[in-house]
Amino acid sequence: MRFAALGTIIALVFVASCQREQRNPRVVAASASVMTQLPRESELVPGGSVPQPRISSPDNGNAYDINQGQTLFTAYNCAGCHGGEGGGGIGPALNDANWIYGGEPAQIFDSIVRGRPNGMPAWGARIPKDKIWALVAYVRSLSGQQPKSATAARSDDIEPDPHTGTTKARGSTP
Amino acid sequence: MTEAQPQPESVAHLFEEERSALQKVWRNPRGLLGWFSVTTHQEIGRRYIFTAFLFLLAGGVEAMLMRLQLARPDNHFLSNDFYDQLFTMHGTTMMFLFAVPVLEGFAIYLVPLMVGTRNVAFPRLNAFGYWMYVFGGIFLYIGFLCNTGADAGWFAYTPLSGPQYSPGKRVDFWAQMITFTEVSALSVAVEIMTTVLRLRAPGMSLNRIPIFVWSVFVQALMILFAMPAIMLSSGMLLCDRTIGTHYFNPSEGGDPLLWQHLFWFFGHPEVYIIFIPGTGFVSTLITAATRRPLFGYTAVVLSLIATGFMGFGLWVHHMFATGLPQLGASFFSAATLVIAIPTGVQFFCWIATIWSAGKLTMNTATHFMFGFFFIFLAGGLTGVMLGSVPLDLQVHDTYFVVAHFHYVLIGGMVFPLMGAFYHWIPKMTGRLLNETAGKVNFWLLFVGFNLTFFPMHLLGFYGMPRRVYTYQADTGWGGLSELASIGAALIALGGLVFIGNYLWSMRHGIPAGNDPWGSDTLEWSTTSPPPNYNYVHLPTVSGRYALWSRLPDDPVVTGLHTDRREVLVTGILDGQPDHRYILPGSSIWPLLTAIAVAIGFIASVFVFHDLTYGIILTALTLLGWFWPRRDPRHGVKDQS
Amino acid sequence: MSVHSAFAPAGAQAARIYEHWLLYWYVALAVYVIVGGAFLYLLIRSWRSRPESIAEPTQPVQHRMAKYVGASSVATALILILLLVSAAITGHDLASYGQKPNLQINVIGHQWWWEVQYQNDDPSMTLMTANEIHIPTGQKVLLNLTSSDVIHSFWVPSLNGKRDLIPSHQNTLTIEADRPGVYRGQCAEFCGLQHAHMILYVIAEPPSKFSAWMRHQLQPAPEPVDAKLRHGRDVFLNEPCVTCHTVRGTTALGTVGPDLTHIADRQTIGAGTLPNTPGHLSGWVTDPQRAKPGILMPTIPIAPNDVQPLLVYLESLR
Repeated sequence: MRFAALGTIIALVFVASCQREQRNPRVVAASASVMTQLPRESELVPGGSVPQPRISSPDNGNAYDINQGQTLFTAYNCAGCHGGEGGGGIGPALNDANWIYGGEPAQIFDSIVRGRPNGMPAWGARIPKDKIWALVAYVRSLSGQQPKSATAARSDDIEPDPHTGTTKARGSTP
Repeated sequence: MTEAQPQPESVAHLFEEERSALQKVWRNPRGLLGWFSVTTHQEIGRRYIFTAFLFLLAGGVEAMLMRLQLARPDNHFLSNDFYDQLFTMHGTTMMFLFAVPVLEGFAIYLVPLMVGTRNVAFPRLNAFGYWMYVFGGIFLYIGFLCNTGADAGWFAYTPLSGPQYSPGKRVDFWAQMITFTEVSALSVAVEIMTTVLRLRAPGMSLNRIPIFVWSVFVQALMILFAMPAIMLSSGMLLCDRTIGTHYFNPSEGGDPLLWQHLFWFFGHPEVYIIFIPGTGFVSTLITAATRRPLFGYTAVVLSLIATGFMGFGLWVHHMFATGLPQLGASFFSAATLVIAIPTGVQFFCWIATIWSAGKLTMNTATHFMFGFFFIFLAGGLTGVMLGSVPLDLQVHDTYFVVAHFHYVLIGGMVFPLMGAFYHWIPKMTGRLLNETAGKVNFWLLFVGFNLTFFPMHLLGFYGMPRRVYTYQADTGWGGLSELASIGAALIALGGLVFIGNYLWSMRHGIPAGNDPWGSDTLEWSTTSPPPNYNYVHLPTVSGRYALWSRLPDDPVVTGLHTDRREVLVTGILDGQPDHRYILPGSSIWPLLTAIAVAIGFIASVFVFHDLTYGIILTALTLLGWFWPRRDPRHGVKDQS
Repeated sequence: MSVHSAFAPAGAQAARIYEHWLLYWYVALAVYVIVGGAFLYLLIRSWRSRPESIAEPTQPVQHRMAKYVGASSVATALILILLLVSAAITGHDLASYGQKPNLQINVIGHQWWWEVQYQNDDPSMTLMTANEIHIPTGQKVLLNLTSSDVIHSFWVPSLNGKRDLIPSHQNTLTIEADRPGVYRGQCAEFCGLQHAHMILYVIAEPPSKFSAWMRHQLQPAPEPVDAKLRHGRDVFLNEPCVTCHTVRGTTALGTVGPDLTHIADRQTIGAGTLPNTPGHLSGWVTDPQRAKPGILMPTIPIAPNDVQPLLVYLESLR
């Protein structure tokens, strides 16, 4: 009896952790493809190509994907417009409940792939699909829509001041 | 009260009455609830040793898998992610879940017997410590089985182990497991120290305490100062990872090196916490092997204390490559070399002891003792090499270091531990282990160990860093790596022989009797296994080697109550009787408290403020634990 | 064939450390032989003696034993002092080798590759490259070490000891090669999934060859001369490659991954993961996650008739 109960608990934890802790660096080719056929809404395109039709979200509270998204958010300089940790700046804040073009995973995916008016470039030709989904997962985590257990509590970068949105250099007074 | 033994005719009847009364009062409760309520030190000590042995097997399997992966270059037997989890789990298991607990188990089992009392000073705390240890270990391993095994190394350097570079809960599980095991270790440390200081047999002054007891006393003192450092730092890491603090975040005023300082401030004493009781085992086995007193008792005791104290001043030698100022590094370099002196003193005293001996009793325990001499000596010498900053800068974080610490830890603790098993399992179970199988066991371990770890010294110099899941064929590391993997197979075989020997001997082993070795410490004067009350009449002691200096008309302690669990508290310096003390009996509250604390710790890994629920539950269980009872049989101090 | 052993020093620092090692090695060997020999002697004596043939020691014997133990302890302390002094002298010598460097190179650690920047007072002469460090022989080279993410460690055993690359810290290490050669090194601080494949090569050349190499490396990528190369360059510029990599002379200016301007000159791909041959390069570009799972470079399917031209273009980046 003890062992049955223990086994059930283990199985439940197993199911819960499995999703969160999965790491799959090797992806299926279809999910890694670059979308070049989607229609554009922005004139700005880094390099120039045509995006592809939308697909459903594989977003599922995976810690590794959210972490990948965090790395890419810095690597592709999303922070340059949207602020470190999505606090906003030239571009709109991503850590609040206001979604100009919709906050559903597929809508965020669309925004990244096709770009948006007033400054959002179309990344569809420049980032493979699976990495865009990682960015979607991270962006959603900024507004607390991902499980806390899969989200990092902070990044290793300078955090913006919650009141003014400005970042302070290390060692300076706020 | 102590008095000379009365006339033989009246003794037998009185003795039998006392014995059966003690048997009843000290009996372990039956049934499932009873099993969870046990507070006798023999049972808890055995549980610690058994559980630690299971973790040793788990750590051994992890090591075997790693050696299989590394036997060939560019091997794809294991993925890099799984390999990273394996080496982290191997180190964590061996250091936190095997090495310290198994020594604590021996301490808990042997100290009350060796100092001549009935139980440790805080029996319920003892039980609580055990449950915390078990829960911590199970917590970590459930994580491992659910793809949440820690994977940032047993030392978890930041920023790699921080929130940005270790996603998910893996490192959180690791950090919280540490809290569990350190609470457990602190419990044991406190009770061992109190037992050694206040519950000794009358006549056992400080300079008559057995060396093994001294060694676990020094270990307990070290635990008291070292464990809080790791609990704090793992707590800080958990806060960084779960609630966004910046202890180790340089962008916000923290520093990744802070983790290294805090961790190694614990980490270096930790290895002496493991090594010092190992030397305690050796000092005990040597008197059994030589039938002579240990040469230089005072020097050895002072060496133990000096090593324990100096062990806190070496930690920066793990950080020589981080770009520290030269002057600071030199201090730690000097300390690292100087600590070899007390260990050297112990070695010379052991040599002197054997020199004064007649023919040595070459049983299996003695074989393992000599194994310690030859292996630990090599490990100590490579440790001196690592103390030199220029040399360390070449071999730091390479397989040279892996070789060094396995030589000192396996040579310095595991070999004496194996000797201790062969020496004391007869006392714990009443059966001698088979000597032929024991010698096979020894040679497999000795040859296998050297075959595995000696080549690693060379691999380090040839450029092989640690913690690599594979290596390329053109590095030339393949040959020595394959040799090391073959040696690992021999070690595994040796382990299997030991398990087989144990299982066989429990059924067919020669009955041990009270004292198969002619040893000097008190536990050999009672039955094998000892009754829960250890001695019908607590002994007194008139010399440093209790049984060797015992005379037929030496007094024993009579007059302690036999309807309650009572012990005699004596003075710290001279062991003069002071007052009686009633120890608590069996209790379910340690388990319940451990469960409450575990709920708080585990829940807070996922949602930080769930710690509150754990605190509330713990407060409730502590209420139950300390609820005052009228019945004098439950922990009330008797003034008479 | 590269050299990567602390027992095969190719520079003043590694040679000095090797000398220092020899002292420690001989002392340790002597101590082991003496102390181990004592134990062995006692074992043999016991084996050959009859029971009770060795009497219990008398007081004078005990006294003599005590003197031997005391003398051995003092000898131990003296030997340790000798070793400590040697370590201090060696450390001092090593520090003095670092005075007045001829060349300064910044090395920035990334998960799991080495970013290398050659410093120069003239900004147009600073060179960005990756994973391979060319140095002139016989000259002191000062490495400024830091990390952009986690802690790494720079270690080329044939040239010097190691130094950690710690984010927000600046460490320095001086290396100097006596003779031309290829010296292999590896990251020596666990840094994540591909710590095992964070390899680097220090290639020492005579100063004249080094200057020629430097001048060549500063050149941007040449214009493609034929249709196939142009096709290859177009593939490179249209694929996601440009978001992470730089090829000077094109519009590719990404800084997330290594600079590829002269990729074809390097001995290895992926920080030492694979030899830089056309076959391996092809495998790397089409599926880097196969050779080095867990790195940031994604596996992107490239159209079949684009692969060859792309590879030809990359091979042309000499």
